[in-house]
Amino acid sequence: MTIFDRNVNRRRLLQGGVAVTAGLAAPNFFVKGAWAEEFRNNPGNAKSIKLGFNVPQTGAYADEGADELRAYKLAVKHLNGEGDGGMMNTLKPSSLKGNGVLGKKVEYVTGDTQTKSDAARASAKRMIEKDGVIMFSGGSSSGVAVAVQSLAQEMGVIFMAGLTHSNDTTGKDKKRYGFRHFFNAYMSGAALGPVLKEEMGTDRRAYHLTADYTWGWTQEESIKNTTEGLGWQTVNAVRTPLGAGDFSQYITPVLNSGADVLILNHYGKDMVNSLTQAVQFGLRDKMVNGKKFEIIVPLYSRLMAQGAGENVKGILGTTNWHWSLKDEGSQAFVKSFGQEYGFPPSQAAHTCYVQALLYANACEQAGTFYPPEVIKALEGFEFDGMGNGPTLYRAEDHQCFKKVLVVRGNENPTNQFDLLEVVKEVPREAVTYDWKIFGGELGPYKV
Amino acid sequence: MSAATVDTLRRGNAAASVPAGDTASSRSDHIKFAVFAIAVLTMPVWLSPIGAGYPDLVQKFAIFGIFAIGFNILFGLTGYLSFGHAAFLGVGSYAAVWSFKLLTMNVVPAMIFGVLASGVFALLIGYVSLRRTGIYFSILTLAFAQMSYNLAYSVLTPITNGETGLQLALHDPRVLDGPAEAGLPTTTLFGMETIGYPGFYVCAVMLIVAYYVAMRITRSPFGMTLRAIKSNQNRMNYTGFNTRPYTLAAFVISGMYAGLAGSLMAVVDPLAGAERMQWTASGEVVLMTILGGTGTLLGPVLGAGIIKYFENIFSAFNDQVLGRIFDFLPEVLQNLMVTLVHPFVGEGWHLTLGVVFMLIVIFLPGGVMEGIGRISARISRSRSNRSS
Repeated sequence: MTIFDRNVNRRRLLQGGVAVTAGLAAPNFFVKGAWAEEFRNNPGNAKSIKLGFNVPQTGAYADEGADELRAYKLAVKHLNGEGDGGMMNTLKPSSLKGNGVLGKKVEYVTGDTQTKSDAARASAKRMIEKDGVIMFSGGSSSGVAVAVQSLAQEMGVIFMAGLTHSNDTTGKDKKRYGFRHFFNAYMSGAALGPVLKEEMGTDRRAYHLTADYTWGWTQEESIKNTTEGLGWQTVNAVRTPLGAGDFSQYITPVLNSGADVLILNHYGKDMVNSLTQAVQFGLRDKMVNGKKFEIIVPLYSRLMAQGAGENVKGILGTTNWHWSLKDEGSQAFVKSFGQEYGFPPSQAAHTCYVQALLYANACEQAGTFYPPEVIKALEGFEFDGMGNGPTLYRAEDHQCFKKVLVVRGNENPTNQFDLLEVVKEVPREAVTYDWKIFGGELGPYKV
Repeated sequence: MSAATVDTLRRGNAAASVPAGDTASSRSDHIKFAVFAIAVLTMPVWLSPIGAGYPDLVQKFAIFGIFAIGFNILFGLTGYLSFGHAAFLGVGSYAAVWSFKLLTMNVVPAMIFGVLASGVFALLIGYVSLRRTGIYFSILTLAFAQMSYNLAYSVLTPITNGETGLQLALHDPRVLDGPAEAGLPTTTLFGMETIGYPGFYVCAVMLIVAYYVAMRITRSPFGMTLRAIKSNQNRMNYTGFNTRPYTLAAFVISGMYAGLAGSLMAVVDPLAGAERMQWTASGEVVLMTILGGTGTLLGPVLGAGIIKYFENIFSAFNDQVLGRIFDFLPEVLQNLMVTLVHPFVGEGWHLTLGVVFMLIVIFLPGGVMEGIGRISARISRSRSNRSS
């Protein structure tokens, strides 16, 4: 008798399981078509919306990716009205209410870009097609940013770029559906120029080591233009593969090249390795052409400084933001990030957090998730209180204009995070340029 | 790796030596083919309950299925283990994207150019590499592929756009299409857009065609010759049979399959990057074939599906998702399970894949197909027991 009963149950269970699966699958399948009418991944009457955070979790930029993800989680918390609100309280003008976005709770999905264009696009497609995100954000490479930005345009889903510093992202490869809060190589050059002139004079011979992809190329070009404008000579510019690990074969020729400045257009673990090796080869103790040999890292970050340790002392560069800034917005962000994770945020974390908030704010302002309206709300948006002073999201190229920090590796750090000292805050006007110089086209609002 | 490969190779050989050509097996072949075709075309429906029915992933299943079927023609039939097949995939992609840039956004010329370009490339590499067998052949192909990868990365930047990858641009000539309207054009099949689900159906039809061609090759005298080469090439040579043209033909055909897969990758997403040619990508297709079942027709497709599923779905599990899965447990147990499972999902999906691969190589050297064969044998045995 018992055996008989068990059989029936198992059969029922199977039948029920099949019915439930089919039932769950069916609406998904039919509703998809109905949504596509209006705009992709329209949340409609759903109680929540999904954002996609596509960051490098493996590879040369994994440290930045991990910090970006922390910032996004914090931003989601704040948007949903949990925690202390961070920079939501300091953003001006703000339409954020702390009850999600347009009354819908914010959820998120994550993905690994692997710092490869293919993988990043596959991961972004998964978010858009399977998880139904209405916006995706993140990344720590301009190559990836450019690749997923064009995907965003094709798919009609807004992409809020994370850490990307190439001129191309908002230059020749700019897209209507892509937005960048981070600064770019041109702005680094413009900010560094006067400081370099002051510290190193006008008669120098520079040697570039450059990461061989879009970011490296444009940064090399921008820095070259700046330094040659000062009267410096460029001895050589050598391209190195991304994630090379060992840079000794590239650094040895520098010693005999007659150069007296080494410019490292590297980022992430690459910069940690190349700088460490350059210092180990004794470059900084050398005197060339009667001058002390100098190293410059045009794009700096605290995570990199942490990785390179002692070697960053006294080395000049620029950053988008630094946690030691004393303005209200930065302080609020550092405080809530510190409470959550126990250490200060990096510039990558900062820019990603700001991007998430700015997107949410634009939706509130537009009163809809309909991308063309959200884009219009972001274009030309002038705001303050996000840690960089008064900032403009320029409508013509979707680039943020704000002050740029020139920093130097701290000679006497007071704690393990106090690695960079801010030499100069270069005002927004000094780094603003005409958007026409890079060409490119944004493309249509409606896709 | 090599010991395991040799072992699976031997078992696969046993599985592949099914009598071919007689009417009974050709009928069962056609039934299998029909079932396969229906299963492929309905993938978006039956895969959606396990979260894999979205366009990008089903496209990948189809594309890598083609890649693995082609690889199996070389490895499964002749036993030559190529470790550089990703090079042909990359060449196919670059050729297709160039066709989109210079000629037209229509996918047909792109696929033709992709297949031709990789065929020519395979002819060159095969001609040199096939002078050696065994591990030396594998190392030669690996070296050539890695060379192509590094060339695409550095010296050939004008053709490949280096690290950034080859992409469409507004000012591309596209001589057959005429001037572009606002925004980048999308790939089309004579006017029909081929992204999303339509893109998948293009890939699916190509997969079915590829499967059919592979089936015909396997069952043909040519396929028989290839299997003979696998079982004992020396003996064939001693009987006065020149094997070189046959191995070269198999190599080129499988290179063209890879080129087709590469051009389809460009069809559904008009972009080509050098990382497609990296040795890890070459290794992946070896894994797919062994995982699914070397020398079988269906096995490589299954293997490709399993690996792509792991890569795309398992890698996206974070603690939030895990927490939801173990929601039914009390909180302490839930947290414990999340902590225990955590290393195997998300960034750790390679670990899970490695464990699965080890288990399969140890217990099912013939891959998933051997597992299916054992299960169906047991069922039919128990059925015959019952009837007697």
